[in-house]
Amino acid sequence: MGQPDTAPLDTAVFADSGAVTVAPVESLLAEDHKYDNGRAVDLSWVPSIDDQLVDSKALGYRVYRIVDGGEADSLADLPPFAAAFTDGSVERGHSYVYFVSALSPSGEFPSVHTAPVKPEREWINLSRGWLFLIMLFISAAVIFFVETARRGKKLFVRKIAGLEAIDDAVGRATEMGRPVLFIPGISDMDDVETLAALTILGRVSRTIADYDSKIFMPVSRSLVMTAARETLKASYQSAGRPDAYSDDMVNYVTDEQFGYVAAVDGLMAREKPATVFLLGAFFAESLILAETGNSVGAIQIAGTARPAQLPFFIAACDFTLIGEELFAASAYLSGEPRMLGSLKGQDVGKALAMIVILVGVVAMTMSEAWDVGVMENLRAWLVRVFSTS
Amino acid sequence: MPNLGVIISLLIIFGGLAWLLFRSLTGREVKRRVIFVFIFVAVAAPILFPITFEEHATPVVRDLFDRIETLPRGSRVLISFDYDPAMAPEVQPMANAISFHCLTRGHKVVCMCLWATGQTLLSNTINDVILPEFPNIIDGVDYVNIGYKAGNEGVLNVIVSDFKKMFPTDVNGVPLDSVPIFDEINSCADFDLIVALGGGRPGPKEWVLFVGDPADVPVGVGVAAVVAPQLYPYYPRQIIGILGGIKGAAEYESELAHRHEQFADMDKPGLNMMGPQTLAHITIMAFIVIGNIAFFTGRRRKDR
Amino acid sequence: MRRQIPLLITFVVGTLLIVSVFIPPFGELETTFNIWFDIIAVFAFFLGGGNLLRVHIDKLRKKKRDWPFSIVTIAGFVVMLAAGLFKINNPGDIASAVDAPGSLFSDIFNSVQYPLSATMYSLLAFFVASASYRAFRAKNREATLLLIAAFIILLGRTPFGVLVTSWVPDSTSLLQIPNMAIWIMNAPNLAGQRAIIIGIGLGVISMSLRLILGLERSYLGGEK
Repeated sequence: MGQPDTAPLDTAVFADSGAVTVAPVESLLAEDHKYDNGRAVDLSWVPSIDDQLVDSKALGYRVYRIVDGGEADSLADLPPFAAAFTDGSVERGHSYVYFVSALSPSGEFPSVHTAPVKPEREWINLSRGWLFLIMLFISAAVIFFVETARRGKKLFVRKIAGLEAIDDAVGRATEMGRPVLFIPGISDMDDVETLAALTILGRVSRTIADYDSKIFMPVSRSLVMTAARETLKASYQSAGRPDAYSDDMVNYVTDEQFGYVAAVDGLMAREKPATVFLLGAFFAESLILAETGNSVGAIQIAGTARPAQLPFFIAACDFTLIGEELFAASAYLSGEPRMLGSLKGQDVGKALAMIVILVGVVAMTMSEAWDVGVMENLRAWLVRVFSTS
Repeated sequence: MPNLGVIISLLIIFGGLAWLLFRSLTGREVKRRVIFVFIFVAVAAPILFPITFEEHATPVVRDLFDRIETLPRGSRVLISFDYDPAMAPEVQPMANAISFHCLTRGHKVVCMCLWATGQTLLSNTINDVILPEFPNIIDGVDYVNIGYKAGNEGVLNVIVSDFKKMFPTDVNGVPLDSVPIFDEINSCADFDLIVALGGGRPGPKEWVLFVGDPADVPVGVGVAAVVAPQLYPYYPRQIIGILGGIKGAAEYESELAHRHEQFADMDKPGLNMMGPQTLAHITIMAFIVIGNIAFFTGRRRKDR
Repeated sequence: MRRQIPLLITFVVGTLLIVSVFIPPFGELETTFNIWFDIIAVFAFFLGGGNLLRVHIDKLRKKKRDWPFSIVTIAGFVVMLAAGLFKINNPGDIASAVDAPGSLFSDIFNSVQYPLSATMYSLLAFFVASASYRAFRAKNREATLLLIAAFIILLGRTPFGVLVTSWVPDSTSLLQIPNMAIWIMNAPNLAGQRAIIIGIGLGVISMSLRLILGLERSYLGGEK
């Protein structure tokens, strides 16, 4: 498939006499692009021997395509040293032949034609087979532990200080007669951190409703506002306090990052909340919010999956949920066995990662330091398995 | 030779810090507003009385510089302006320097943004650097501004395989099919280099995950300093070079000024801002020392 | 029904997107969904803008606390909207770029939005100092390590870091402050970042599975 034919071709078809001639490309190969929907063909070749770093005669390459035996059409111009091209505009059911011309100041010097290639659809992307197996393994572990927990088995989950402190923090707000401020980050509903923050809101707001505290929740996205209002309303209803709920508890401020920060800082300075929850996706504004909360004497519980912002929260807040603890929080707070089971499944994935890292480090060290062949093979295999492309 | 203003400012700052150090020996903590005053003076003084330092490009910066420097003339470079005015003081100098570098090397530059606020900042680079320094370049042939598209990673997922499906026209409404730069560009895979500027989301990480790695296109990044550490895991394979914060911008400008005379005569905001950054860092370090002394002496007094 | 339909949509879309990673013909589904989200994201702008106006007009009408500031908000909103929609002062016609040089939109952006945002961002300089003063105390072993690392990085990011250890011979160049700073970023920091990223990845998988399977529903409003 795609092998060059042996029929001789007129070279220098387009060149003038006495002109600069360049050797055409060699070993031109056209193959169906693997694991796609039959929409691409890959070309590869050896560049012209006249394509040099210094005093090069070749100006580049031009790719031509012939569809179903028709006319040759120019597809693309490529710079010097190009040795590959993917034609992403093919369709299934058609036959394609290619040739590549080396370009010189005097004209074009085409290569031999490739054999006809028909793009095909592959139904399964086998190059991602390992990724699929790993995904199945981790998902199966999560589901297994969910089912195990459902059947009544007690699962140990370590204490997370930030989550243990929530009840006390809300109680503090009630005693001091000051409100609770809940900030769900500045990302939209398509961010899983925002969803995690809203699921925690569902649990925390139940406590706030029980304790009869006040809550303010300025948000940066209108879709988050809508979802947060639904969550709060339902929490107040399930706490038996539907009359205490008001839509004004949640209000949209602005999408603009620092406009939102200015509004929240102003709210903190005026209302002086006793407790501040900073949960969700934060960016550069994290330290500004946390320091302002600290300056008004609030107890602060923060959590984000943005590694760049974690140091700021750790420095400025009383409790910080680090990365995965934010996603575990809703399961942890619910105490529901099925939710806790999903945390155990997550731990299986972590165990797998630790084992693979250890094996990989040993393999890499032994292959680099002592040139142990089998370790080099193991290292290369691990790279292949965990590569996503 | 530092001028009188610099000397007086340094005397005020270090004198004040010495006094606070003395107070800390008695266990007294420093009030927040005093810290703010010192930081204000430490940052303002070098701006009013400029002090600049020599910078040398570190390997993470030099790698990106060398890649742009050695790409063949006419290479296609995509620059994405994914930041807002808040990050502009750190990232805009990088944007200007990299755009200048690419055009000086004769590369074809496509400018776009995934942040709505990036559109104006992109225009600022074009108006402040590209047009004044390269009066003979042609819009559509040497560079093109295709503007902003909403959709975050959704945009990247489309342009990685079909660019014109997401960007049918440039920012002036000209169809990309009739823009000469796009004659050879159908997808992101047709670019020789992508430079992602910014630090938020979507930003450099998304460019690597959704475009650079799948399409096997080298990605260089210029980010705010706070974001740089989380990109080191991707260097040097998926990200070929990282400009982190003002220091990264200063290093790039310094390298560019050494290699290209035209840039040496231009304004270099990255290098100019290293003075305030240096003095601010020293002040913060002094406060950390003062804080620890106050903490330990205070604790010792309590124990007694 | 009100909760069943969103749960069904979540399940179907989530499953299809996972499948699309492994089955090439479904790969284009991902592109389609992303374009749909693009369209929804644009409509969200209307939702947010309308809500903002409603809240502040309500504040103005009822003369609630700090109502004069709502005038500023509404005025800014209306002026920028008009400037962008009607291309006021734009050199070209109504189809020209919204931020063309000389346009009202561009002028207001550069003279108001740009400096205000940069000012808010610059507050970080002050807050970094106050947070550092409070947080970097050698209370225990880990805090002391953090303190030392912070010192090296702070010094390494300035020319003084080069000066202070310039006398260190090249054979022990790792002891030069800038090189130590680079080593801290590339070794322990990198290891920690990678570990956190792996943990976050697994957390996202677990959370996403809970969402797709409908175990986690409190984001829809209330308990399941």
